[in-house]
Amino acid sequence: MNETLVACTALTKRYGNKTALRGVDLELGRGRIVGLLGPNGSGKTTLIKILCGLLQPTEGAVLVDGQPVGPYTKSIISYLPDRMYFADWMKATDLFDLFADFYGDFDRTRAMTMCASLGVTPSDRLKSMSKGTKEKVQLVLVMARKAQLYLLDEPIAGVDPAARDFILNTILTNYNEEGTVLISTHLISDIEKVLDEAVFLKDGQITLHDTVDNIREREGKSVDALFREIFRAPNFEGGAF
Amino acid sequence: MDWQFTEDRPIWQQLTDQLALRILKGEYPPGERLPGVRELAAQAGVNPNTMQRAMAQLEADGLAVGSRTAGRTVTQDVTVIEAAAKARARTAVRVCLETLEELGCGGEAALVLVKEELHHE
Repeated sequence: MNETLVACTALTKRYGNKTALRGVDLELGRGRIVGLLGPNGSGKTTLIKILCGLLQPTEGAVLVDGQPVGPYTKSIISYLPDRMYFADWMKATDLFDLFADFYGDFDRTRAMTMCASLGVTPSDRLKSMSKGTKEKVQLVLVMARKAQLYLLDEPIAGVDPAARDFILNTILTNYNEEGTVLISTHLISDIEKVLDEAVFLKDGQITLHDTVDNIREREGKSVDALFREIFRAPNFEGGAF
Repeated sequence: MDWQFTEDRPIWQQLTDQLALRILKGEYPPGERLPGVRELAAQAGVNPNTMQRAMAQLEADGLAVGSRTAGRTVTQDVTVIEAAAKARARTAVRVCLETLEELGCGGEAALVLVKEELHHE
């Protein structure tokens, strides 16, 4: 087992002539909750998709648990995409069958317990569920795996603040202790207190990677406040009408 | 009691403060077993590593005693708790005095105000 769980070196990704990531170097250890923070279009989803093998980097290399991205790394990564990808005629229990079949580390009993505590009826069809409930089902699928790396792309964007707390709590109480959780979001104030580390992504580059404690100690302000400072949009200089 | 966090300081320090306060107030009496790190972390909605650091500081301050097998307990040593309570009270007085000073009621005037307030109640 490698001490370093994720190692990206000089990672670059271009879509045509648009560059999404420019020379990203990132190392993540084990047993952490890391926030991947950046405004819209800063490259968060691109980075996550490269880590789970859905995109190929244009340049640079990625190692997860010492291995290049492939069948092994996919078996130890649990990924929550930024959108729903299941057929809506399926029931949550159908999805549990699917996941149990695909992933050796999926714990069905755990999934059922989590459903109960999140107030989800697993025998309901997805199409009869609200948006928030569907997100909860997806979260259950992802967190019921005993993975080493959890990649959560915007897990709290679509739900109300009460459900947000509930989801964060689910993440906190269910992640595998040797595992690392990478959460991408721009809703920083909501998740700041659950994070060990914060990674700031700006225009495809990492501008800051440190522990939340260090940031607060050094800056004397919250990560949220620092984020607003760094990413403040320039004033609109259109002049008067 | 709810957990509250301000923006300007590391969360683990704020957790230590609030846990210590519970001990000083007797909410966790001397010798009592403290809840586990994971349980407290879930209650406060914080990362377990953060809570772990806060608890370690409680131990370093002598308010909590850790043991390998039985988790952590509040110290049996009442003098440590009393000393910590007194230190905290002193800090509160100092803060209050600074405010009074800014308002132009420092020194003896502060003393008079405090006495008046005491009689009032």
